[in-house]
Amino acid sequence: MATATSTEAPPGTARAERRPRRLRRDGRYAWIFLGPSLAGLALFTLFPTAMALGISLFDWPVFGERTFLGIDNFTHLLNDPIFRKVIFNTTLFVVLYVPLNLIVSLGLAVWLGPQIWGRQAFRVLFFIPVMTPMVANVMVWRLLLQPGGLFDSGSQSLFGADAPNFLGSTSWAMPTIVAISVWQGFGYNFLVFSAALDQVPQSQLDSASIDGANPLQRFRYITWPMITPSIFFATTLTLITSFQVFAQPFILTGGGPGVSTQTLVMYVYNQGWQFLNMGLAAAAGWVLFVIIMGITAIQFIGQKRWVHYDV
Amino acid sequence: MTSDTNSTARKVRGGVSHTLLVIVALIFMAPLIYAIATSLKPADEVFTPTPDLIGSEVRWRNYVDAFQFAPFGRYFLNSLFVAVVGTVVVVVASSLSAYAFARLRFRGREQLFVLFLGTLMVPQEVLIVPMYWLMQSLGWVDSYWALIFPWAFTAFGTFLLRQFFLTVPEELEEAARVDGCGPFGAFLRIMLPLARPAIAVLTVFTFIAFWGSFLWPLIITNSVDQKGTVPLGLAQFVGQQGTQWNLMMAASILAMLPTVLLVILLQKHLVRGLLVTGLGGR
Repeated sequence: MATATSTEAPPGTARAERRPRRLRRDGRYAWIFLGPSLAGLALFTLFPTAMALGISLFDWPVFGERTFLGIDNFTHLLNDPIFRKVIFNTTLFVVLYVPLNLIVSLGLAVWLGPQIWGRQAFRVLFFIPVMTPMVANVMVWRLLLQPGGLFDSGSQSLFGADAPNFLGSTSWAMPTIVAISVWQGFGYNFLVFSAALDQVPQSQLDSASIDGANPLQRFRYITWPMITPSIFFATTLTLITSFQVFAQPFILTGGGPGVSTQTLVMYVYNQGWQFLNMGLAAAAGWVLFVIIMGITAIQFIGQKRWVHYDV
Repeated sequence: MTSDTNSTARKVRGGVSHTLLVIVALIFMAPLIYAIATSLKPADEVFTPTPDLIGSEVRWRNYVDAFQFAPFGRYFLNSLFVAVVGTVVVVVASSLSAYAFARLRFRGREQLFVLFLGTLMVPQEVLIVPMYWLMQSLGWVDSYWALIFPWAFTAFGTFLLRQFFLTVPEELEEAARVDGCGPFGAFLRIMLPLARPAIAVLTVFTFIAFWGSFLWPLIITNSVDQKGTVPLGLAQFVGQQGTQWNLMMAASILAMLPTVLLVILLQKHLVRGLLVTGLGGR
């Protein structure tokens, strides 16, 4: 910051007169430095984003004739009972997954305070499923949930009865996918929250303690205001990533039974690469994009109310 | 007297808390422990009426047999190639553009930076349809390039490294530039060596993202035996009758191993990287 102001010295000084030349010279180099990223982002992000909207206006088979449809793909989505169910499923996943993830990660982060011995080891442990390939983690859970797997044989020997058909029943499948996803994903927010909690000065907590504040009051009035930026960040990111859920239902249930666990991204995949209808897939993809932009906007408006960045 | 009982009470509470934590950690790890145990069992002892961890023998051979059962050797080499090349491209492109945003003055810098950040909001799932069409047009369907380049230019790396570059005192570079270093010299000789921790973080996050990537390879790879990555290879067996679960688990554990090692080796850097940027890998 200090250096930034020093370059903006009062006009008339030698420094200010030299600046335009420097600016021009830097500018020429800047485009060389920016070149690869700019070209890559333009070709592989900006152009496809616009193109997705274009494709969504067409009947666009993978191979063959394309026909302009206008907004027909979008009206088709609105009237498609499967798409409505898919939106319901995805929302159900988000509504169950996000609060559970936040409660588990924040709860464990508070519990694993600085006085806990071996806390770095716990951090690494909880982070392992976050960083290992999702498919490998989900394969492990498929094994556990097989008939005769850990859950089934455990239930047999404890209760003498079969375990519920976790992935094959409409009432169990979604909660099971949520539980597995929380197991896999909470380690990320756990790390974010632990790092934030480390920034809360112990001296303030101690002096509040001397003044007779109980642990709940200390958390509410000292810790909470200081970690709200992290909670805001974690909530936004978790919301966004949970709307993108794909590999867990794809591998665990294939969207079933019926379409009871089919999610929005699975719908995009199925339309595009099972039914080869790219137009409808692109339209469904844009629905996801609009949802994500909406969450981001709401969060950024909402944060002014309840995030204390100034503390 | 009272302080003595207090400290005893605190010790007891601490002990209970620790014990509970260890139990929680064990429950959390149980699926992975069970997976490792299964990967070492004979095939006919995977599913047993009562849960047990160790079968009649500990078959390390499963880890060899998995490579004969399916072309996992090929999958691992493919994944390694894609992840390493992809990571190199990401680090080179991001560090260059991050330097421009952090240090060089040019018209429209702020606007361009906002545009870069804006691209972070576009989910991969929106891009896959037009990207598939783009790959068709380029003739890249079912190729390594299609696995690497579409996701090798994310604004995440630029943002992460820019935040780090901004913390480097400008005087360090000024000295080099007075001595006749151009911006490239300052970038290569001063900035990059100083930014090693941040580059380590970016490298790990990027490698892990490429290594675990599933949706895009699933779409763009037709000849799984030739161009398949590890997650694709694992997913091949879903729903097949007579899955060799012990071999599958051996392959799954091997797929996890490189990323687990990276996390353990670079744990300090990773936490710091999360804090510097307030962002994680994608």
